[in-house]
Amino acid sequence: MTDWLSRHVPKIVLAPTFVAVLLFVYGFIAWTAWVSLTRSKLLPRYEIDGLIQYERLFASPRWDTALSNLFVFGALFIGISMILGLMLAIFLDQKIRIEGALRTIYLYPMALSMIVTGTAWKWILNPGLGIQAMVQGWGFESFTFDWLINPDMALYAIVMAAVWQASGFVMALFLAGLRSVDGEIIKAAQVDGIPTWRVYTAIIIPSMAPIFLSAFIVLAHLAIKSFDLVIALTGGGPGYATDLPATYMYAMAFSRGDLGQAASSAMIMMLVVFTIVVPYLYSELRAKND
Amino acid sequence: MTDATLTQTGREPRSAGALIGRRLLRWGLYALLCLFALYYLLPLFVMLTTSLKSLEEIRTGSLVALPREVTFDAWGKAWSGACTGIQCEGLRPFFWNSVMMAVPGVLLSTLIGALNGYIFAQWRFRGANLFFAFLLFGCFIPFQVVLLPMARMLGIFGLAGTIPGLIFVHTIYGLGFTTLFFRNYYVTIPHELVRAAKIDGAGFFRIFWSIFLPLSLPIAVVTIIWQFTQIWNDFLFGVSFSSAGSQPITVALNNIVNSTTGVKEYNVDMAAAIIAGLPTLFVYIVAGKYFIRGLTAGSVKG
Amino acid sequence: MAPILDIKHLYKNYGSTEILKDINVTIEKGDFLVLVGPSGCGKSTLLNCIAGLEEITSGSIEIDGRDMTHVSPKDRDIAMVFQSYALYPTMSVAKNITFGMKVRGIPQEEQDRKLSEVAKQLQIEQLLKRRPGQLSGGQRQRVAMGRALVRDPALFLFDEPLSNLDAKLRVEMRSEIKKLHHRLGASMVYVTHDQIEAMTLATKIVVMKGGVIQQIGTPSEIYNHPANTFVADFMGSPPMNLIPARAHSEGNGTKLEIDREGLEPIFLNVPRKDLPGEVVVGVRPEDLAEAGYRSGDTVQRAAIRVDMVEPAGADTFVTTHMGGKMITARLHAETVAHPGEMLDLEFDLEKVTFFEPASGQRI
Repeated sequence: MTDWLSRHVPKIVLAPTFVAVLLFVYGFIAWTAWVSLTRSKLLPRYEIDGLIQYERLFASPRWDTALSNLFVFGALFIGISMILGLMLAIFLDQKIRIEGALRTIYLYPMALSMIVTGTAWKWILNPGLGIQAMVQGWGFESFTFDWLINPDMALYAIVMAAVWQASGFVMALFLAGLRSVDGEIIKAAQVDGIPTWRVYTAIIIPSMAPIFLSAFIVLAHLAIKSFDLVIALTGGGPGYATDLPATYMYAMAFSRGDLGQAASSAMIMMLVVFTIVVPYLYSELRAKND
Repeated sequence: MTDATLTQTGREPRSAGALIGRRLLRWGLYALLCLFALYYLLPLFVMLTTSLKSLEEIRTGSLVALPREVTFDAWGKAWSGACTGIQCEGLRPFFWNSVMMAVPGVLLSTLIGALNGYIFAQWRFRGANLFFAFLLFGCFIPFQVVLLPMARMLGIFGLAGTIPGLIFVHTIYGLGFTTLFFRNYYVTIPHELVRAAKIDGAGFFRIFWSIFLPLSLPIAVVTIIWQFTQIWNDFLFGVSFSSAGSQPITVALNNIVNSTTGVKEYNVDMAAAIIAGLPTLFVYIVAGKYFIRGLTAGSVKG
Repeated sequence: MAPILDIKHLYKNYGSTEILKDINVTIEKGDFLVLVGPSGCGKSTLLNCIAGLEEITSGSIEIDGRDMTHVSPKDRDIAMVFQSYALYPTMSVAKNITFGMKVRGIPQEEQDRKLSEVAKQLQIEQLLKRRPGQLSGGQRQRVAMGRALVRDPALFLFDEPLSNLDAKLRVEMRSEIKKLHHRLGASMVYVTHDQIEAMTLATKIVVMKGGVIQQIGTPSEIYNHPANTFVADFMGSPPMNLIPARAHSEGNGTKLEIDREGLEPIFLNVPRKDLPGEVVVGVRPEDLAEAGYRSGDTVQRAAIRVDMVEPAGADTFVTTHMGGKMITARLHAETVAHPGEMLDLEFDLEKVTFFEPASGQRI
């Protein structure tokens, strides 16, 4: 008996986590999937009624905006953060004397809550008192910078704040990548007389492909989950101009009392994450097992 | 450290012109880097100066100007008098809510994660790989997909709108990352250590307690910082599962900023935002190395 | 008296892969058994099975007369020294050595007594307060041995304990282990891939390949009468020359014909009548000598063409080709030989071994 116990202790210790993950991750996903197939409103109902919620979802102009916002926001956020992050990393890699201090400054926004970030940028972008007012105060009376209240531009204000928060982190990832490149290869290239920019474009950056991939995954993941920042900065407005799937889902779940819509939108978010993350995780785990 | 630098690569420039060109390039580089530093610092600077100004000065002065007259009134009000909806007690109660939520949440998820990681790294069994993959995938789901059933379940168990409920949620959904951190750390420790200890007569818990735990300080710091930042900065779970009395500070901050009653007090908003960001900022400044290590470990390695 | 270790029909599978096949080994008290073979041959797995760190699929293991097949490692009355030493990194040397006793609840005075006894024996008294990270490789090795010695077990297990040391230290520690074995009269099982270690330490050698025991025997049995071409090739450095030849029955014996490229075949006579038409002739490099140094019925002379000369201090190795194989002769250091020239060699066939070409088994 004690022998059996000691042999199975690891499994017994792991069991609560196993049950929790099974229940609270996969069980709950299943529950949400189920409810997304019913006519649930304020209270969940469990009679399956086909894809009606998904039909409603894709017929809704608000969801349409939310989804296309996600792609615009995601593309810009990922693209700009990557370019900025890589650029800063390469610049910092040039034996900069104050590198430590600069790195600390570039990265600190990542320690802040998106709600804090949102509050700060909301103030800076406030047309009446922020940058616009400041520049106008300098004498440029016609200067306008009203992205926050302009339905066509508000999404870009969110991109701006999001890039501010995450690009330093991308920089840190790339810098670590640059530093991990085999120094002898670079020395060999220098001996061959290859100019610095060629060393970067032909040797260092291509060897960082896995880091580009991880940076992409992290940023994509952040983009899809983006909720706090939108709530704090625009609350999804003006109108629904800056709605994202995450805010749409939240509104349906907690203010509209439309569980069916909330569940189906959550499932679509899940699907988007799935298509990005699963191939990545699969390749990572496979690479490890080899 | 790469040896590729703008100044040292290739043939050394001989002519004076090239030398000046290099120097200019170098100065340009520094200028550019400092410009970016300003971009990252500006919001913090604006928050800080605004929080120290009076409302009158905010309306008349410039965004980036230093306060003419430093006043801490806004800080006092943000801490103990600002209105979050109908209550006007400032951030203080919510700050303690966050502390009471974060401390047990961090400790629980770290401890369980350490045990899990120890098992995945050193006590492999059939199916462990598959389970680990499933656990890992759990880190990546958008939490929206578990929001509805979790709200119902917390309701059923009487945990809805309570701090224990939030602790529970943060512990459960933090386990994936904490397990990953410890597993990746313990996996670098040779299996022979466990074997030697087994022959010495030590069992599962003894080996963990006497051999692995004393080795774990660096990864424990990384994990604790990561979890603390995650839980402290969380908004989604906070706003979904808390009631007026149990809201974490992020939710309260958002309520202060978006409350529509009365005059908009930007200085109070900014002071409140800084207060809400201060604990994580503090952790970042005193233990930045571990913070970054957690960030990269949490994202790079699956 | 019961054997100290008795393994019967041991099988070990990982899934559908057979790692160990029908292992049968017995050793008596005081034996020094060395498991030797190339990496992946299953020798370390076998050691782990003896230690109880891996479950076996079928068969039985007895230690000191007791069936230990399903007993957990701590109750097997064994101690083990690992390749990486596996010292507990956060504990001092003293704590490393006494950890096992502490876990078993042995009184403090007893722990202290044994610790100082073992520390004295291994000359590590001045290291007791240090952490493993502050020790050199050789010192770690001693601490690992100390941890095993305080157990005073029925059986010591060593898993390639010297492979992480540099060459000089390895030789030093090797002789120390040998001395220790003599002094304690302890029974030991020792895994190594180094055939010199096996030859110098063992009272009994098990040569393994692909999870199957190739031969069990004393060092001289293994060296002089290898059971098959694998053992012949694996044990000895440089390895035994394995020369394909044709055998013609002639009078009371057999005439061997060994082909050479561009030269006349070599003919050698052996007093055996039981050889098939095709054989592999196994000759140790030291049994190929310069003309004039050996005498007796078994010595036969032939001229060979020198391919390469490798002076190695005490010996000079000369290589040539015959039977399509590269052949090495271990000659005296003063030997004068030049590549491309002919050299008279004497084949000392006293210890010659014959193998069946297809199966590689000794005839």
